[in-house]
Amino acid sequence: MEIVKNVVCPFCGTLCDDIICKVENNEIVGTINACRIGHSKFVHTEGAMRYKKPMIRKDGEFMEISYDEAIDKAAQILAESKRPLMYGWSCTECEAQAVGMELAEETKAVIDNTASVCHGPSVLALQDVGYPICTFGEVKNRADVVVYWGCNPMHAHPRHLSRHVFARGFFRERGRPDRTLIVVDPRESDTAKLADIHLQLDFDRDYELLDAMRAVLLGHEIHYDEVAGIPKELIYEAVEVLKKAQFGILFFGMGITHSRGKHRNIDIAIMMVEDLNDYGKFTLIPMRGHYNVTGFNQVATWQSGYPFCVDFSLGYPRYNPGETGANDQLQNKEADAMMVIASDPGAHFPQRALETMAEIPVIAIEPHRTPTTEMADLIIPPAIVGMEAEGTAYRMEGVPIRMKKVVDSELLSDREILEKIVERVKEIKASK
Amino acid sequence: MEHIIKNGIVYDPLNKIDGEKKDICIRDGKIVDSVNEADANVIDASGKIVMAGGIDPHTHIAGAKVNVGRMYRPEDSKKDVESRLAGKRSGSGFSVPSTFMTGYRYAQMGYTTAMEAAMPPLLSRHTHEEFIDTPIIDHAAYPLFGNNWFVMEYLKEGDVDSCAAYVSWLLKATKGYTIKIVNPAGTEAWAWGGNVHGIHDPAPYFDITAAEIIKGLAEVNEMLGLPHAIHLHCNDLGHPGNYETTLASFDVPKGIKPNPKTGSRDAVLYATHVQFHSYGGTTWRDFVSEAGSIADYVNKNDHLVIDVGQVTLDETTTMTADGPMEYDLHSINGLKWANCDVELETGSGVVPFLYTPGAPVPSVQWAIGMELFLLINDPGKVCLTTDSPNAGPFTRYPRVISWLMSNQYRSNLIENELHKWAQRKSDIATIEREYSFYEIAQVTRSTPAQVLGLSDTKGHLGVGADADVAVYSFNPETQDPSSDYMALEEAIQNATCVLKDGNIVVKDGVVVNIGIHGRTYWIDTQLEEGIYNEVVTDVEKKFKQYYSVNFQNYPVQEEYLPRSTPVNGVML
Amino acid sequence: MSEIILTPKEQPQVPLEAKNITPDAFAGKTIDEIKELKIWHGNIQVALSEFFDVDGESAENASEMKIIIDGDVYNTKRIGQKMTAGEITVKGNVNMYVGVEMKGGKLTVEGNAASWAGQDMEGGELVIMGNAEDYVGAAYRGDWRGMSGGKITVYGNVGSEIAEYMNGGKMIIKGNVAIMPGVHMNNGVLIIEGNVVARVGGEMAGGTIVVKGVINEFLAGFKYIGVEKEIEVDGETIPGAFYKFKGDHATKGANGTVYAAVAGNGHIVP
Repeated sequence: MEIVKNVVCPFCGTLCDDIICKVENNEIVGTINACRIGHSKFVHTEGAMRYKKPMIRKDGEFMEISYDEAIDKAAQILAESKRPLMYGWSCTECEAQAVGMELAEETKAVIDNTASVCHGPSVLALQDVGYPICTFGEVKNRADVVVYWGCNPMHAHPRHLSRHVFARGFFRERGRPDRTLIVVDPRESDTAKLADIHLQLDFDRDYELLDAMRAVLLGHEIHYDEVAGIPKELIYEAVEVLKKAQFGILFFGMGITHSRGKHRNIDIAIMMVEDLNDYGKFTLIPMRGHYNVTGFNQVATWQSGYPFCVDFSLGYPRYNPGETGANDQLQNKEADAMMVIASDPGAHFPQRALETMAEIPVIAIEPHRTPTTEMADLIIPPAIVGMEAEGTAYRMEGVPIRMKKVVDSELLSDREILEKIVERVKEIKASK
Repeated sequence: MEHIIKNGIVYDPLNKIDGEKKDICIRDGKIVDSVNEADANVIDASGKIVMAGGIDPHTHIAGAKVNVGRMYRPEDSKKDVESRLAGKRSGSGFSVPSTFMTGYRYAQMGYTTAMEAAMPPLLSRHTHEEFIDTPIIDHAAYPLFGNNWFVMEYLKEGDVDSCAAYVSWLLKATKGYTIKIVNPAGTEAWAWGGNVHGIHDPAPYFDITAAEIIKGLAEVNEMLGLPHAIHLHCNDLGHPGNYETTLASFDVPKGIKPNPKTGSRDAVLYATHVQFHSYGGTTWRDFVSEAGSIADYVNKNDHLVIDVGQVTLDETTTMTADGPMEYDLHSINGLKWANCDVELETGSGVVPFLYTPGAPVPSVQWAIGMELFLLINDPGKVCLTTDSPNAGPFTRYPRVISWLMSNQYRSNLIENELHKWAQRKSDIATIEREYSFYEIAQVTRSTPAQVLGLSDTKGHLGVGADADVAVYSFNPETQDPSSDYMALEEAIQNATCVLKDGNIVVKDGVVVNIGIHGRTYWIDTQLEEGIYNEVVTDVEKKFKQYYSVNFQNYPVQEEYLPRSTPVNGVML
Repeated sequence: MSEIILTPKEQPQVPLEAKNITPDAFAGKTIDEIKELKIWHGNIQVALSEFFDVDGESAENASEMKIIIDGDVYNTKRIGQKMTAGEITVKGNVNMYVGVEMKGGKLTVEGNAASWAGQDMEGGELVIMGNAEDYVGAAYRGDWRGMSGGKITVYGNVGSEIAEYMNGGKMIIKGNVAIMPGVHMNNGVLIIEGNVVARVGGEMAGGTIVVKGVINEFLAGFKYIGVEKEIEVDGETIPGAFYKFKGDHATKGANGTVYAAVAGNGHIVP
């Protein structure tokens, strides 16, 4: 058995890079340090069916074809489309994403990643009011107040609490006892059970609560007995804790990014964090889901100026979520072809979007059988990044780490597949 | 491929060539004595200016905070876009252009080297990823050392040797080029929401002052024989009255002997964007220019080179590792604030800013930059920058050059567009000096090349230099830049012809070919093993406890450098 | 005033972008030249005449021209972008960005409009007889400088975040509003004659919002001032009695005003 150390986990945005993999016969058979979700990703215990060859749908049935045939078909579909959509990107590496950007540009497509259905609202908010963040180590070493708002890391980011709340840091030698933990969640979640203060607000009233908290922070009184279901005394108490923080951190998740008002909840949360810097130090970090959702936003930004929802239809990048997002394109029936990579919209998109997907050609670059591949007309299986292919990923707060290749695969990587499609599209266009 | 650039009017200060008609010969990417004219591609430069490729020693073009500047300003991206064309990628961004546009736009102005001036070590892989997508220009990145825990602890203990070993390790690990110091002790204070004031105000807990950090790192710099001097962003940036801090900081490394193992710099201090550090008064009300005092110091001392950080009077995006300064700026202008504190190392901030010409403070800031250029006698001590995009985007360099060469251009601006404070609070309206083309070539070519330690191959047109050449359609024999300043600005904005490593990359202001990828310069020092290994062991131990990434996953792999160009120094 | 009549042919599935449909772009051109003006069909450029019949009489100046779109253009975006003068009337629905960055003239939509009608508007008049979706008169993403002048009137209902970052001008909504009207508003006047679901004036720093209907839920960041009658807004007297609030005090230095009709809004007074 071979032991591979310092492996980076290709599951969530916490991007743990201390995983040890046990390898036998070119297969990962065990892990050390990984959480249960990460472990199952490494050892394939979810029982997923893996594609070994590209497939095309003919008369309703899938049949195997060669990579060359699949790449040619994909290129034909994209080159002929008037409004192609390329979606996903969050479970692959940055170099592949960079090639994807070029493909989108070459085919004058709309390109979008899964941020548009998770932390897209956070992006819109930071574009309006700013983005005061820090890296994880700052939290471990300095934070005396930790807030989790609308997220349940005990389940979604299993090692997050142990790394940032329970861990001992340079200025917080005792770890957990040196920190006040506030959880804001309408549910009595497993994370909320660990909190010193649990603000169990009414559903969809995040903005209302934050509006009141900010007014209190600026010295105003609350003229109602309760706001968002929270008694005003408890609001005063919580704001006092935030104000007295030497170093505070707000982690926030989909519970607030997708409750009523979406990005405005994040906007007002960011503004509260900014105002708190008039007292001590306060920062925030979005609890990003897919391990490299952040990376796509970085790559798209440095190449085009925009982090997601980039529309190349006029030959230069344009941007307006609400119009140029994947769901906008599908639900407004604008898209006339779609390429899905490294994500599963078939499982996560609303019915109206899926209806359009059912009507247009769909290319899926995807290692496993998923609801998306069930809807696809063409399936191209890649090697899995972080296990079978290497490349860069960005942790949720922007720290780039190089993903390792642990075992070999005969399949092409996402990057190689995309490079071949770009090349083929260029040939098709040149021949016209 | 061989080229001969014929009959151009050549300005090449490192070779003391001042406007001579001269042919430049190129073979295999280098300047050579002669080529076979029958085989060579002839570029007719009659009546045109020929200079080496421009060098930007201090700009922000790649990395985490730069990308935040792009990401959080879609309204800036929207107003300046470029389409995809054959062989050319699209892009957007006026104040912070996307990576491809950055490479194209530098090249279009005849610039072929640009240095990213602030790289947080933990995020250095990000900077290098952006370099991969930045075409044409040679580049390097400056890792931040001024608030680094290891540096502060070693220097507090007086252990300069260990500090030097650590610096050499970090330069290698990050593939960095120089010792960058930003608001020393101040950014660490910002991790708790504070700042330091002046150079004798210690950082919380670490109890070390800016003066001690600057001095220690200047000693380390010469011990390691680095090509560039320490690169200092002084404390108290942008505060009225800060010129005293600036002058005190300048004095700290005075007396240390320069010891570069490559190149030929005389300076032991490079002070950056000094315009932001030349303010008198006590508040924004009684704020005045102290450029005269700063220029006087630079004129009387030979141990430093500065760059200006000229305000260009645009709407732009400020970005710096000076975290507390950006929060102050946000508090003043109320615009969106981004920040990133980086564990054990540094911080950063980003805020949009509008340098409105008719507003009082920006008018004085513009005047202060111009005064520095015009009151410092020796252009061998000044580099032209806008601290892009902080005081304005680099795409305004042609305008800055035209201002320097035309008193009339400046006077028109001062009288018609600027607030009267420009005249009241500075001496700019009384200064008639105009730069010559030779002096322009100094502040944009030879001076940066020399102080960066790259003058063997960069910043000149002598035999052996890299064949990075710019040809501009302005005829100094028939046109007078003093009166024909608009033509000059246009000529520099869109160079007639630009060669990079001997490939023609720009023709008539348009990128025609991206040539080969730019070099990434980085420092690979040779060290005595004992102390180096001891320090690395110490670093690894602290990584486990205090960092959030594993020690083994920290160093930037060679995969991230498409054209790795290590520069070797030797530890004494 | 000369009239150009554009009769839409079939609206395609992939939307059209027709920022060239303005009096400014048509002025000084013959009918044949107008037919050849370019519009975008997805990522392909086509002639205007491919999707519109063009008739009528052109004029030298935009101010002397009226464009009538005689039919439904529900899948055409950016009609009237940056128009400075003249008139456009659409006898049907429009897609996104009608009257975006409009500077002058008058644009009337007889049907419904999709989101971002009148985005970043600077002047002129935009009238929507039907409903409009989200972000009426809002700012572009990331910009803190939204609508700065002109007048927008919507006769039907509208979606969320209308008058976002509004900096000047006037907006009148005759129907009902979803959430967050006037979010981050800095200046200008927003008059809502119908009801609002929630978050009127969230994070507003200045400007005036008048709600004549019912506000379901209100924000705690506002301070109740008292009842005022016959309020004076933008040089105009609005009859009736209103609860007056100042805020949103979640924002530093906020000095915005919200008037809510006394009738039906007793529940939001502390």
